[in-house]
Amino acid sequence: MSVDKLTISASDLGRRRTTGKIKQIAEPYLYLSPSIILICLVIFTPLVIGISYAFQSMHLFNPGDVEWIGFEHFEKIYSDRKFFIALKNTFWWTFGSVLLQFSLGLGLALLLKQGFHGRKVFQALIFLPWAVPTFLSALIWAWLFNPVIGPLPHWFVSLGMLDEPYNILADPDFALFGPIIANVWFGISFFAITLLASLQSIPDEMYEAAAIDGASKWQIFSKITLPFLAPMIVITVMLRTVWIANFADLIYVMTGGGAANSTQILSTYIFTTAFKKLDFGYASAVSVVLLVLLLLFATLLLKMRQKFVRVN
Amino acid sequence: MSVISKPNLALTIGKYLALACYLAFALFPLYWLFKISVTPEKLIYTDGIALWPSEYTFDNFKSVILLTDFLVYFKNSIIVSFGTAAITTIIAAAAGYAFSRFNFRGKKVIIGIMLITQMFPLLIIIAPIYKIIAGLGLLNTLTSLIVVYTAFNVPFATFLMQSFFDGIPKDLEEAAMIDGCSRFQAVRKVVFPLTLPGLAATLGFVFTAAWSELLFAIMLINSNDTMTFPVGLLTFVSKFSVDWGQMMAAGVFALIPSCLFFIFIQRYLVQGLTSGAVKG
Amino acid sequence: MARIELKNISKSYGNIEVMRDINLDFADGEFIVLVGPSGCGKSTLLRMIAGLETISGGDLFIEEVRVNDVEPRDRDVAMVFQSYALYPHMDVARNMGFSLEIRGEKAEIIKGRTAKSAKTLGLGALLERLPKALSGGQRQRVAMGRAIARDPKVFLFDEPLSNLDASLRAEMRLEIAKLHKRLAASMIYVTHDQVEALTLADRIVVLNEGEIQQVGKPLELYEQPRNLFVANFIGSPQMNIMKAEFTDNRLVLENGERLEVDVSLALNEVAHFGIRPEHISIVGVNEGHAIGEADVVERLGSDSNIYVNVENIGQILVRYHGDISLEVGDKFGLKFNLDRSHLFDLNGMAIR
Ligand SMILES: Nc1ncnc2c1ncn2[C@@H]1O[C@H](COP(=O)(O)OP(=O)(O)O)[C@@H](O)[C@H]1O
Ligand SMILES: [Mg+2]
Repeated sequence: MSVDKLTISASDLGRRRTTGKIKQIAEPYLYLSPSIILICLVIFTPLVIGISYAFQSMHLFNPGDVEWIGFEHFEKIYSDRKFFIALKNTFWWTFGSVLLQFSLGLGLALLLKQGFHGRKVFQALIFLPWAVPTFLSALIWAWLFNPVIGPLPHWFVSLGMLDEPYNILADPDFALFGPIIANVWFGISFFAITLLASLQSIPDEMYEAAAIDGASKWQIFSKITLPFLAPMIVITVMLRTVWIANFADLIYVMTGGGAANSTQILSTYIFTTAFKKLDFGYASAVSVVLLVLLLLFATLLLKMRQKFVRVN
Repeated sequence: MSVISKPNLALTIGKYLALACYLAFALFPLYWLFKISVTPEKLIYTDGIALWPSEYTFDNFKSVILLTDFLVYFKNSIIVSFGTAAITTIIAAAAGYAFSRFNFRGKKVIIGIMLITQMFPLLIIIAPIYKIIAGLGLLNTLTSLIVVYTAFNVPFATFLMQSFFDGIPKDLEEAAMIDGCSRFQAVRKVVFPLTLPGLAATLGFVFTAAWSELLFAIMLINSNDTMTFPVGLLTFVSKFSVDWGQMMAAGVFALIPSCLFFIFIQRYLVQGLTSGAVKG
Repeated sequence: MARIELKNISKSYGNIEVMRDINLDFADGEFIVLVGPSGCGKSTLLRMIAGLETISGGDLFIEEVRVNDVEPRDRDVAMVFQSYALYPHMDVARNMGFSLEIRGEKAEIIKGRTAKSAKTLGLGALLERLPKALSGGQRQRVAMGRAIARDPKVFLFDEPLSNLDASLRAEMRLEIAKLHKRLAASMIYVTHDQVEALTLADRIVVLNEGEIQQVGKPLELYEQPRNLFVANFIGSPQMNIMKAEFTDNRLVLENGERLEVDVSLALNEVAHFGIRPEHISIVGVNEGHAIGEADVVERLGSDSNIYVNVENIGQILVRYHGDISLEVGDKFGLKFNLDRSHLFDLNGMAIR
């Protein structure tokens, strides 16, 4: 090692030292800054403005006519019968969709985990509904349920589920099933993909050890597979639940909330209020209530998960 | 599972039956879309519930291309979706990398913020966004759509990218840094090639989301030149008396890119989400 | 080749200090082994030297230059990871030549250097394979080859052999020793395996709970452990440690035996008496320092390990060179070679 090489590197070091520490602390923030800036500007700024609408009386087409009205909207919500119908429907819509998507998605993931001939092609095809634009899915399903141009009502009759082929989307007792089925069709993939990925992360040794210990198939599933999947299940169920509760497109296109409000969920109610009645203030207030409910739900689920993970 | 067990005939049949049901459920609606698109207009109602129309025609496809602005919508959608996918993936990769590799103050808060973006009804921010975009004079531009879509897709894409990065051992970068790489070089030469499946998956995921988006597109675009395909499809309903055959033909066209893309990336999506996927 | 100096190095994660008061001075070309139980901070120390962890306090010098804030790539060190950390998407040749590639060397030079180090390690036939097509032992060799090809100032090894099976480990250990002889390079080697430490090292640094316990040549540690921790940790099987009391200028074991040991201790001070299994001999029942009964006899061929129960003292391990005709339950005397015994005070520090 020659002397002048040493001196060069020594002077080099002086320069580096000053920047080194700061750079190290700042580094992760640097990588995060584009996403944080974007999210703050495009989502949070409008969100704050939007929430403030909930406390104002405002209609989109007379912008001059804005005044602060405090909690008036929220008082109105309290005595709004339609709101509570929509709340109830939101619950059934979300619960039914998530439950079916999850259980069918789990079944599909378990099937895909086992090898069979043509698995690759099958997997590519089975996930396709996920790629179909929502608007188009809604239209297709609206057609399928229509007795004039869709086969489903006729099949239901053959199966004895209906007395005569009519459009269940127009029947207040059954209308909600339409969008739920469409939603299940569209959303199985999401669960199947995430659950399949977690299933594949379970080391084979665990199954082998359990089999050697004499566990039955069901025991292996309930004692190894499920607990291993649980953390992922909680996260995906939470994300999906929140997302589906907010998901208005399918219902809006298929029934418009109709059959006597039987498919009106909160997010479509918000839509109708905003775009049909043009009452943005009230729509925002209902949105705020929905947001608070979903936040509560998510916090609860995450708390449960923490407890659960700690027990394990 | 390498545990030896006798193949149970009933179980095997049950398994293939279940697979067949899933496949039928997934594909039948798409088949119906296709069926309507090849049904001549006069037969749409008379052959409405037949599994295959007594006559079929590809005229609908022809007229969609020749007589409507469909190609413009298509082009716009391609620009918006690719733009969104590319920008989102880059931004999310940077953020996902930070989450995966660093411990820093405020990490939980930032994750919380990203989670909240997934939680509220979009409607609450539509009016404010409309006002802001209008104020900036960006109404009816594809740029405004790309910016909005990117912001909404970044959080989920970030979590996706983080899980891909988590699957790549930290040792590899450290080895590269000892071998003479700066962090940036280590990422470019070692992490990046190993994340390619992850990047492809994220790209495809965001592409499909942007390709389908309707709400913002309706709000922010009302000129025919900048309409994306879902908005354009909606004009089929409202402008003319609805021509279902044409509309469904347009729908079939619209499905092609997102389905192709998805078929291509779904493998990587599963692979990348599988923890510990990348092992030396 | 380089001299490395650590002055008062400490390391904290948040509020938790995991290393403190690390002062070391490694000579040019020395083979240093850092040894200690799992979690004692060996890897952390090595990674601080490599530049992969920030140094919380103190100074690190490589060739008299303070390098605390120097990026890993500018420290000119090579490291062999426990996981090997081979680049999965590059073939063996590119893995080995990667650092040269990054430094912008010419293709022919890279090729020459990789070929040379591949030959050294017998990897010639594998140059075009991807890491996933290699066996564990081969991967380990590639990881070594990658370090050699660079010709760095310092080689760092973090438990490089711990993922290999026993026979491969012995083979690679020998090879690393040869390598050091041939390259005459500075090497710092982390292991929790004392056999590796004793066979490879010029000097060993024993660490425990983030502190240096002792630094010395392998035999020094074996013969003069500075404290109870080192006494227990170095040597296999472990040293026997017994409670002892100092009364009437004699060391008294708990079975009442008075030992003729030449020390002066404060009166009535309790201490520890240590004797290695190989320094105890088996004698007639009344001839030794203690009477015991064989509990377990392990016959290893070259040696026998005899676990002996001694009244009031507990179990003592005796190592007998060769085979011995003893049955479980046999009674006999134990004679300690007092010249090679060890004494420790209340704080566990060696007395002589
Ligand atoms: N990133 C970290 N955060 C907090 N503590 C750590 C971290 N890395 C290591 N430690 C702690 O530092 C100590 C030393 O770890 P390490 O150097 O890996 O031990 P080993 O001697 O087994 O190589 C351990 O107690 C470990 O728990
Ligand atoms: Mg370690």
